[in-house]
Amino acid sequence: MDIVEILLKILFAILVVVVIMTIAAYSVLAERKVASWIQGRVGPNRTALPGLSAIPVLGRFLVRMGMWQPLADGVKFLFKEDPLPGHVKKWYYCLAPVVALVPSLSTVAVLPFGAYWVNGVEYPLVLANVDIGILFILAISSLTVYGIVMAGWAANSKYPYFGSIRSSAQMISYELAMGMSVIPVFMWANGPATGFGDLTLFGVVAAQKDLWLGIWMPLPAFVFLVSLFAETNRLPFDMPESETELVGGFHTEYGSFKFGLFFVGEYAAMAIGSAVFVVLFLGGWNFLPTFGFLPDWVANPWATWGWFGSVVSVLFFIGKTLTFIFLFIWVRWTLPRFRYDQVMNLGWKYLVPLAVASIIIYAIVIALWDTAVTVDHIKPETFGPAPQ
Amino acid sequence: MPATTKEVDMQDVAARGADYGEELHGEEMTLNMGPSHPATHGVLRLRLKLDGDFITECDPVIGYLHRGDEKIAENMTYNQFVPYTDRLDYLAPLANNVCYAIAVEKLANLEVPPRCQTIRIICCELARISSHLLGLGVYGMDTGAMTTFLYTFTEREKLYSLFEELTGARFTTSYTRIGGVARDIPEGWLGRVSNFLNQFEPKIDELDNLLTRNKIFLDRTKDIAIISREDAIAYAFTGPNLRASGVDSDLRRDRPYCGYEDYDFEVPIGTVGDAYDRYLVRMEEVRQSVRIVRQAIDKMPEGPYFAEDAKKIHVPPKAKVLTSMEELIQNFMIVTEGPQMPAGEVYFEAENPKGILGFFIHSKGGGVPFRLKIRAPSFCSLSILPKIAKGLMMSDVPVVLGSFDFVMGECDR
Repeated sequence: MDIVEILLKILFAILVVVVIMTIAAYSVLAERKVASWIQGRVGPNRTALPGLSAIPVLGRFLVRMGMWQPLADGVKFLFKEDPLPGHVKKWYYCLAPVVALVPSLSTVAVLPFGAYWVNGVEYPLVLANVDIGILFILAISSLTVYGIVMAGWAANSKYPYFGSIRSSAQMISYELAMGMSVIPVFMWANGPATGFGDLTLFGVVAAQKDLWLGIWMPLPAFVFLVSLFAETNRLPFDMPESETELVGGFHTEYGSFKFGLFFVGEYAAMAIGSAVFVVLFLGGWNFLPTFGFLPDWVANPWATWGWFGSVVSVLFFIGKTLTFIFLFIWVRWTLPRFRYDQVMNLGWKYLVPLAVASIIIYAIVIALWDTAVTVDHIKPETFGPAPQ
Repeated sequence: MPATTKEVDMQDVAARGADYGEELHGEEMTLNMGPSHPATHGVLRLRLKLDGDFITECDPVIGYLHRGDEKIAENMTYNQFVPYTDRLDYLAPLANNVCYAIAVEKLANLEVPPRCQTIRIICCELARISSHLLGLGVYGMDTGAMTTFLYTFTEREKLYSLFEELTGARFTTSYTRIGGVARDIPEGWLGRVSNFLNQFEPKIDELDNLLTRNKIFLDRTKDIAIISREDAIAYAFTGPNLRASGVDSDLRRDRPYCGYEDYDFEVPIGTVGDAYDRYLVRMEEVRQSVRIVRQAIDKMPEGPYFAEDAKKIHVPPKAKVLTSMEELIQNFMIVTEGPQMPAGEVYFEAENPKGILGFFIHSKGGGVPFRLKIRAPSFCSLSILPKIAKGLMMSDVPVVLGSFDFVMGECDR
């Protein structure tokens, strides 16, 4: 790998992080706006950028939509006084927001968010198309919990302590259901649809050309989605910051930029979680499933459009992701919150068994399918040279 | 390298665990909740002893909003105390005004004309709707459903606009005077109340749809903080909290005042006495209040809005004060000396949104009470907390507090 290639990769990585941060920032705006629409309010509509707001119709419209609000929020987070309460454990207190944000951003590395086509062959747009894709995501994203535990412990105060205890218990429990709910996906992606493969997320998207797994595997998709809600600490599972009982949860003692990091981290986690869901269950950047009888171009109509096609695929992927972010917001402003023990019950007594059941069911179905349909068509060369 | 085995003596692990059970159990944690905490609806403070997430002891500390209302009452005329009653249950000031006015009128043995009574009933019931709306909305928020709170608040704003038109103030209305009300209802106001009720009923159904059969809401509230019939009576519960425990008691029906006997309404009764029942009872009471207001609008009689024969109690209309000598003197005397009351003692209680609000007045004659005692329902509701909170989880505290729908202004007085 020469130096230019490395530099390009770094540039690419920075670009991806910038995009994710922007999506996170504007998810906050979306949250506030959607919440106010749901609740019959107006939401942020005052922040104006000098100059840009003077544009006749558009400028006014953007101000009304609160388009500059995230900028103002960001500037506020940066320039407010950064308090360091006397009773905290300083090192962990400062470290915690970083530990909470970094894992969410790291998982983007293996997340394919689009494709490009060379001579009709599809290649993923991804920072690193590693073989252990989903394992990497599950492993790294679960590190977020350390940030929360650290924050609660370092704050040296009772309410944050409660928040972090609950949060860690919850995240660890739901990790399990989440991890198991993706197993059927990979059994399918590496089974009858594509032949022998690996755990790359690109392979999963490729395997969904004919049928999106959300349609074919509603049960794992549901388990994954619910776990995602719990993993990202969103209502109805927002135990760590259930504001009516724990005030602010683990970030009660935080303010200014450190709180901003937690805040952005939460929304980044939400955006990335939605993206993973789209990759696993909604066909990634595919336009429509072919269902086996529609012509192939339906899956990716832009495959032949060159670089522009890649851009469209990325936009389409982001569009699907935003739909899910909207779902997150919608649910948050509709439902009440579970109690802590009920969250645990739901996780261990319903979701984990459901995930296990779905593994067993799909294992049997896929094995039968393999036996009945695929085995006859397997070409010997797929296996490579026969063992001596 | 050949495999080797090594024997390890594990002994009885379970027995060892049991021996150290005491140590493993950890220690209790004392948690201070409030007086400034989102769940405590004002300035209630709870000292909680927690065993993990479970409450072993709950000690409510009240008095952070104590203003000495009862003592203040001894230093001012009867009419001057009306604004102070606004600040008791500040979510239903109109109902407090009415209750206080009736108590004083009972002391003076004064009958108010039917129009005044009907206006007061509308006031009471609108105040009940407003108070219950806040109670239900905040209850929703305590369980995590923020949106219900804003839905109910939107409706309350419309109600407040009506109050503003009627009384001149949105929040602290101070509408009643001893022997009547401050002014007649404005032109077309009844029609606007009627319009409000028409659009309000679908809104209440909306709230119903969001919460009543919501699985999460049911999980959070059902079988939480069950208060038995006996306990409810022993702790002097009143109002919706008492009725939720299955006691069929409603002063509007049992001991009618203000002409409630002429209205047709039902009294909802709970069966279990848990937090969910208290929610259901309030929900139904709002609907019954709508019914009562509708009837009151239909039968609104003509006539004076204050007791004209009570010359020493209610100030005459302004126009007369400016033109007639006798009325001028009357006005002057009432404003400076206060409404003249006979000596005696009286206790009156009315069915307020939060429960029974009672005023005990000891008068030695003249315009100032010798002693005024307020019986506040929220105080009684909170008194059961040490008993009921034991064994609940910490997350249940907001739910229990929300289900009691208390107001610290009234509890601390």
